[in-house]
Amino acid sequence: MTSAPRPRVALFVTCLVDLFRPTVGFAAVKLLEDAGCEVVVPAAQTCCGQPAFNSGDRKDATEIAKTVIAAFEGYDFLVAPSGSCAGQIAKHYPELFAEGDPWKARAELLAAKSHELISFLVDVRGVASTGARFAGSVTYHDSCSGLRELGVRAQPRKLLGAVEGLSLTELEDSDVCCGFGGTFSVKYSDLSGAIVDKKATKVEASGATTLLAGDLGCLMNMAGRLSRKGSTIEVRHVAEVLAGMADGPAIGKTGKGR
Amino acid sequence: MQVTSPAFKQNATRALADVTLQKAMKNVETGFIAKRAKAAEALPEFEALRDAARDLKTHVLKHLDLYLEAYEKKVIASGGHVHWAESAEDARRIVTDICKRLGARTVTKGKSMITEEIALNDHLEKEGLIPVETDLGEYIIQLRGEHPSHIIAPAVHLTKEQVAGDFRRVHTHLDAGRDLTEPVTLLSEARAVLREKFLLADVGITGANFLVAETGTSIIVTNEGNGDLTQTLPKAHVVVASIEKIVPTLEDVDTLLRVLARSATGQEMSVYTTFSTGPRRDGDPDGPGEYHVVLLDNGRSAMLGTEFEEMLRCIRCGACMNHCPVYQQIGGHAYGWVYPGPMGAVLTPTLVGVDKAGHLPNASTLCGRCESVCPMRIPLPKMMRAWRNREWERALNPAALRTGLGLWASVATRPALYRLAARAASLGMRLLGRGGRIARLPFFAAGWTANRDMPAPEGATFMDQWKAKGGRSA
Amino acid sequence: MNARDAILGKIRRARVVGDDAARRATVTDRLAAHRPGIVPARGEGDAAHRLALFLEMADKVSASTERLASADDVPAAVARYLRSKNLPQAIRRGIDPRLAGLPFDREPQLTVAVGPSDGHDLAGLSHAFAGVAETGTVVLVSGADNPTTLNFLPEHHLVVVRASEIAGNYEAVWARVRAEWGAGEMPRAINWITGPSRSGDIEQTILLGAHGPRSLHLLVVDDG
Repeated sequence: MTSAPRPRVALFVTCLVDLFRPTVGFAAVKLLEDAGCEVVVPAAQTCCGQPAFNSGDRKDATEIAKTVIAAFEGYDFLVAPSGSCAGQIAKHYPELFAEGDPWKARAELLAAKSHELISFLVDVRGVASTGARFAGSVTYHDSCSGLRELGVRAQPRKLLGAVEGLSLTELEDSDVCCGFGGTFSVKYSDLSGAIVDKKATKVEASGATTLLAGDLGCLMNMAGRLSRKGSTIEVRHVAEVLAGMADGPAIGKTGKGR
Repeated sequence: MQVTSPAFKQNATRALADVTLQKAMKNVETGFIAKRAKAAEALPEFEALRDAARDLKTHVLKHLDLYLEAYEKKVIASGGHVHWAESAEDARRIVTDICKRLGARTVTKGKSMITEEIALNDHLEKEGLIPVETDLGEYIIQLRGEHPSHIIAPAVHLTKEQVAGDFRRVHTHLDAGRDLTEPVTLLSEARAVLREKFLLADVGITGANFLVAETGTSIIVTNEGNGDLTQTLPKAHVVVASIEKIVPTLEDVDTLLRVLARSATGQEMSVYTTFSTGPRRDGDPDGPGEYHVVLLDNGRSAMLGTEFEEMLRCIRCGACMNHCPVYQQIGGHAYGWVYPGPMGAVLTPTLVGVDKAGHLPNASTLCGRCESVCPMRIPLPKMMRAWRNREWERALNPAALRTGLGLWASVATRPALYRLAARAASLGMRLLGRGGRIARLPFFAAGWTANRDMPAPEGATFMDQWKAKGGRSA
Repeated sequence: MNARDAILGKIRRARVVGDDAARRATVTDRLAAHRPGIVPARGEGDAAHRLALFLEMADKVSASTERLASADDVPAAVARYLRSKNLPQAIRRGIDPRLAGLPFDREPQLTVAVGPSDGHDLAGLSHAFAGVAETGTVVLVSGADNPTTLNFLPEHHLVVVRASEIAGNYEAVWARVRAEWGAGEMPRAINWITGPSRSGDIEQTILLGAHGPRSLHLLVVDDG
């Protein structure tokens, strides 16, 4: 199923990508343009509001949601290189507003056209291959929100399967949480550390030299633990590999010391 | 039972460092999870049954008063007694009064989380009675003076060496040199010791997995048969059950039974599913002379009509905690009260207050794995978030978090200001980070870098770079 | 106000919106109609299918099974089983006429005690009300015919099941229970037994013979 010939896609870059790894944003733009979309990056974007929402601060989450809705509702699609941000917008924004509140209808309209990047490419744009090349063994972690809220599972594997030279090994317990959970990782850091350590051990056991996922929060969490353990495994966002933009430094490996 | 949930963080840290516990907890992952998946796959109707189970319970909760009335009528008609208890204290008193009236001394108990909830054993002991837990796991923890760490596998946190140590310490009438290295020797010993108690008991107390309104029947589901020996041999059988256990008909029970054992242990059906209706009848050569049901509210009615009502669908299978990455790491005792794991995180604050149990719904990544395996499709993460909402409204969170989030939100609703802040943060963190990594984050974020590196920002922000490139922004 | 009224009152305040008569009718109807829900397809089929499935499922849960051409073969099967387990030739049963009428005199060495167990029997013999192919379950009903204690106290439990009484699923058994005891009525206890007693409480190691019988032996009589 393909949408309109040249849809106008508003990229929701996400606060983490914006601040920590802009490469992912540029990879997303390339993938979307290659898939025939006109990409716009609304300047009025900031954060999806999930930290506030998950902390119980509904009031702030609602105010942030309004900012996002107003900035993005004028486009054909909202696409984010993150299952958790896309999930927040697609599944939780409508919940923030009461029946009868005009914002609710606006939230529902935006929610209906908001997507996580990889599932958008495969399910909406019908992309079967991105034409990228990547020589290396890769393993893939299923981020929780993308997996359970949005059903993102087969799509990244499909596109990775079409990358020339790439060998994909299934990660044991790929669908088990990496322990990030946003503020959980600092509020309950011991627990989070134990969970990510378990994940890191499984990543190392996979034998792959590169770890991919679709959410930068998870990736930074796993990269942080792997590097603390002295691992040489490279961690990247799946969009980088699919866009053929995986030649730069991996997450946590920019700068002079490696 | 004393509530230690406020000390959750310390409990959890201790649990993470407990080598024996960590060894024992591995069994949860390798056992329960694989077995449940296999059982679910083997039954084509499983997913449809989960939907039906959810709908059935939703229907019951809408008509709870009427089903309870119908149930009570049938119990009385079959010669049983129904007692209503608003609080834990009321329930304890009712049960103790029955025991004392019968001149009871030894009381056997089937595995029952509700009796843990109302702290029945302590009370019975204070009143001069001798409660004996007969489920093997419950018996072991009773010897240790502990409480269950899992709602269906009470001793899952223990190794066989620990159990052997306890048996040696307590069963002093047996040969000190006996071999207790393997689980089978421990089982045989427990079987013999408890067989004596079964035959000695004056009153048998069980919970109920379900209560059937159509027939006035209570149902217990066990693998050991201890519940049956508990309820069949003594003078009286006392059933303690919370009011949401009611199910309309025998056919409705079939739906729930088909998802219960599969979700709990991966069995198609537990070994013993027993339907009891009233006391001994004319011509019955065995069975209890008296049959009592204590219907307990203890906060359930207060959950109706609230955002926590769906928690009343829980059939206590334990699947949520088996699959929870947090529970797997720390076991059940760290949660600090009777109910651990995701269902405990939602239920405990309703029963003991969110001011005491606030950590529980917060110590979750909201990964959703619990909901994905719950046979009753209970939206556990949504309800954990609802508790977080309530805490925020009551300002129960640490001031630092409230200030931090408030600041974040005020910037996030002002895009121009946000751009400036992001630019500054990017620069600041790049200065902190060497080799692309930040080894130690300041303030509240220091917890992250205690066991992980923090990747540093990789240059100017995306939005600044995009603007510099002349990218489209409208 | 007593506890009953207090609790029901709290529930009604949270639940009753508008017409209560409709609610009552819904409940009355559901209880009277006892409609089956989703019934697994696996138990569907003819008697041969049900028998085969029953044997397969019983085997999976570590019950042993034996097919007998006629009920008259039961005493010999009992004697054989006891011998194979190195047990004394002694068995206890209830007063069930389907057992009482069997030719136990063909096994004169076999001592048959009658009545509920007091815990000293090594082996018990019951006649099932039904078998259930869906899960390899036997259904036993309380009463002098087959005392409940026989299902739990002896170490070995032998159960006679007629092939013609093996139902495909749980619902078929309930239909028979209603037919025999009346709608909404039940005997004091019905035990649905699926395999011998077990526990996984020590390091998740599954062991048989926790408190109930270590061994469940099903004598399936081909009376079809």
